[in-house]
Amino acid sequence: MEITHTQYRHCDLVKVKGRVDSYTAPQLSETFNKITEQGRFKIALDMSELDFMSSAGLRALINAQKVCKRYNRGELVLVAVPENIRAALDLAGFIPLFKIYDDVLTAIGNF
Amino acid sequence: MTYSPPLEIFDRPTTPLIITRSFPGRYDSLASIGDFVRGMSEKAGLDTFAVYTVEMAVDEACSNIIEHAYQGEDVGPISCTCKISNDGLTIILEDEGRPFDPKTVAPPDLTSSLEDRPTHGLGLHFIRQWMDEVRYEFQPGRGNRLTLYKKRPPAIKKNNTRKR
Repeated sequence: MEITHTQYRHCDLVKVKGRVDSYTAPQLSETFNKITEQGRFKIALDMSELDFMSSAGLRALINAQKVCKRYNRGELVLVAVPENIRAALDLAGFIPLFKIYDDVLTAIGNF
Repeated sequence: MTYSPPLEIFDRPTTPLIITRSFPGRYDSLASIGDFVRGMSEKAGLDTFAVYTVEMAVDEACSNIIEHAYQGEDVGPISCTCKISNDGLTIILEDEGRPFDPKTVAPPDLTSSLEDRPTHGLGLHFIRQWMDEVRYEFQPGRGNRLTLYKKRPPAIKKNNTRKR
C-alpha cells in the first residue's frame, strides 16, 4: 500500500494505492487522523489505483467519516472507486454513507 | 513463487489439483496469502469478480484467525489448501488456535445510521454472502478448520443457435 497526501486550501486529497488489509489499514487510519487532528474535515479519497480493500479498510473509512461528519463540519468523499471495491461497499451497505465521484477535480470542486 | 502445473492436468477433469501452503499467523502474511489464492482462483477458471470475492473471503477469514483464534500475531501458523475441481475451487483454512465458530457472530446491522454503524462483523458478512458454501469444524487438539467453496459458473457455449 502507498499513500500520498496533498493539502489544498479548502480540502485534503488522499490517494491510496495497492492493498488495504488488516496489516496496512492502520496506516490509512493514521493518515485520516493526522488530517482531522489539524481541524480539517473535508477529505477526498482517490481510490483509482486501489487493488484491494478488506473490511479493515472499510472500518477505516467509516471511522473517518464519523469524525468528519460530526457537527456538520465536513465529510469524507470517495473518488474513482474500482468496480470490485464498489461491490464490497455496496454489500457492506456503505453506498448511502459516502458521496462517490468519478474524478478528483469534480470531488474537490464540490467542497 | 508461482506454481505452473503441466497443462495436461486440466485435460483430466477428474484429477483435482490440490496445493497446501503454510503461512506465519501475522497480518503481514495477508498479501502473500492473497497472491496464492488469487493465482489458484485464476487457475480454477473463475471470472475476475469471483477471483476478487475469493481473495476477500480468505483475507477476512485469515484476519479472524489472527484476531480471534490466536488472539495476536506470531502465535501459530495458518495453513491454506486450495483444491481445484471440475466445478470450482475449495479453500481450506486451518489454524491451531482457540475455537472461533462463525455461527456465534451475529450478522451486522447494515441499515443503521452512520453514528450507530457497527465496525465489526463485516468480514463474516462478506464470507457468507460471497462464497457458495461455508463449513466450520473445530477439531479438539488440532484447531479450527474453515472450508470455503466457490463454484465456477458453467461456460457459455458460443454459436449455440439450435432452436427447439
